[in-house]
Amino acid sequence: MTDATLVKTPSQAREIWDQFRQHRGAMIGLAFLIFITLFVIIGPYLWDLDPTKSDIRNKNMRPFYIGMLFGEKWGWNHPLGSDNLGRDVLANLMYGGRISLAVGWTAMLLSLIIGTLVGVLAGYFKRLDGPLMRFTDLVLSLPLLPLLLVMMLLFRDALRAAFGPEFGIFLLIVTGIGITSWMNTARIVRGDVLTIKEREYVLAARSIGAPSRRIITRHLLPNVLSPIMVSATLGLATAIITESALSFLGLGFPSDFPTWGKLLFDSVDRMESFPERVIWPGLAISLTVLAVNYIGDGLRDALDPRIRGR
Amino acid sequence: MLTYTIRRLLLAIPTLLFIALVIFLLLELSPGDPMAQMPMSIPPEVKERMREALGLDQPWWVRFYLWLYQFFVVEPQYWIDGLFGTDLAEGAQRIISFQSKSPVFDIIAERIPQTLWVVGMSYVVGVLIALPIGIASAYYQYSWFDQIGTFISMVGFSVPTFFTGVLLIVVFSVNLGWFPSIYDTTLVVDSWASLGQQIKQMAMPVFVLALYNAAQISRFMRASMLDNLGQDYVRTARAKGMREKVVVLRHVLRNSMIPVVTVIALGVPQVFGGAIITEQVFKVNGLGQLLILAVQGNDIPMVMTLTFIFAVLIVLFNLIADVLYGLLDPRIRYD
Repeated sequence: MTDATLVKTPSQAREIWDQFRQHRGAMIGLAFLIFITLFVIIGPYLWDLDPTKSDIRNKNMRPFYIGMLFGEKWGWNHPLGSDNLGRDVLANLMYGGRISLAVGWTAMLLSLIIGTLVGVLAGYFKRLDGPLMRFTDLVLSLPLLPLLLVMMLLFRDALRAAFGPEFGIFLLIVTGIGITSWMNTARIVRGDVLTIKEREYVLAARSIGAPSRRIITRHLLPNVLSPIMVSATLGLATAIITESALSFLGLGFPSDFPTWGKLLFDSVDRMESFPERVIWPGLAISLTVLAVNYIGDGLRDALDPRIRGR
Repeated sequence: MLTYTIRRLLLAIPTLLFIALVIFLLLELSPGDPMAQMPMSIPPEVKERMREALGLDQPWWVRFYLWLYQFFVVEPQYWIDGLFGTDLAEGAQRIISFQSKSPVFDIIAERIPQTLWVVGMSYVVGVLIALPIGIASAYYQYSWFDQIGTFISMVGFSVPTFFTGVLLIVVFSVNLGWFPSIYDTTLVVDSWASLGQQIKQMAMPVFVLALYNAAQISRFMRASMLDNLGQDYVRTARAKGMREKVVVLRHVLRNSMIPVVTVIALGVPQVFGGAIITEQVFKVNGLGQLLILAVQGNDIPMVMTLTFIFAVLIVLFNLIADVLYGLLDPRIRYD
């Protein structure tokens, strides 16, 4: 036995990770995403001010850097300043980020599940292909943002009554974004399933009598995982943007319930005197989305076997 | 090609009917009552008569049919009457807004110029910026120009338009005072000074939307150029001794434009949708703002008509994109 056979070939996950690490933007993006996730999850334990509690005596404080540079009212009790009711901006950013990220992740997962389901069914079962893809085309030609606005308005009160003001709106926004953004995933997954279905190993599995359910879960799904993951990153980015856009249009979460988009929307009226209140939540949204998009870019390169290892 | 176009046009009709039905049924579920704004002192039987006058007591399919009839028959008649001074409509009932009690299409006609100016201009500017950037970044792949271009386009479509807009207002109208932050619709352009004012107030919304559009289109342009630059015919053209400029700008560019043109066509209706947010930021009273107001005010005829117009745009531009693709690329013929 020679030494060459003893050299372990790196596992596939390892190879993907090695390729991913080559992409500088993706690594910075990943680092930022981890940072912002920790910031919103652990942050409130370290900075335990209630974001909705108003500290009216310390209202309209400026952030520390403006206070130090221009000598305006500031203090370490509100390092990033406070709003017109004396609510702490830093605490609001943390809690707002929690909701924005939670909405983003859940809506993305929902749209991924619907998209993968439709795509696999349409690609695998010939009888379903026509109707399902026709349906996908129809949904793609709906004006989605206007419909989302209408949905927000119509079902807001009913869901609020059924599940409480916060969870009801959360459900509404997540479902709304989920059912309006699955179409691209479905198309990509269908295309991939159509080609993979014709491979020999699927034929082999079928010839030993594997039922369709097992062929789909064991042979098809693992092989369409990479396009699904890439569209997951895109989905996360669009979900975060859509949620903040809805909040920005005043049709998202109820007032005094912070999300990044809501904080931005609430601060627009006073942005002439307090621009920092607009900039911080806006920066949080933009950087998170930018980070996620870069991760998607890196993931696409890492998961493409033609690029990998070059 | 012609038969394909006709077939697609015919197929668009059931699609649009289905979309209209979806929107109508969604609005039908609306718990909002257009009579909710009426004073409490109106007696119930009068209220009932007012509901009848609004047609709210009819079953939904009757109202759906009537809406379709008004949208596709009555409103075009009024439009032709307005153009040629004929009297086709003979005073037939038009689609009336619940909020303002005036015909929906009159309000839309008032709002369209602002949207078309801002949105249309921004799309043109965006395309004009995106094409050269895409071509240059592909030709000088991995150069510093490409790196910066790719980064800017990544930023351009990651940063939401409502943040870019607000940021520009903070910098250019609050701190520097160069541009007004609110779009003044009453401004009439009749002199050089007012033209300058118009350009000034359009600058920021156009820039915001143009950046967003340019970011997406330049990525497509770059990818498409890269696909073509490695092809055999490019090597042949160079081997024939053609100048580099001719090779890139004539041979490669023409072939690369095929998918980009369809992307540009497909993007037009999305721009109208995306403009809803930008119009809200800069207080442009265009179609997007009209839709938001109508949604908030439970103005069902207005929401229905506007949403359907957006849907018509989407279906129309999908069709245009497909037909263009067949026209531009002789390898793809649908017949």
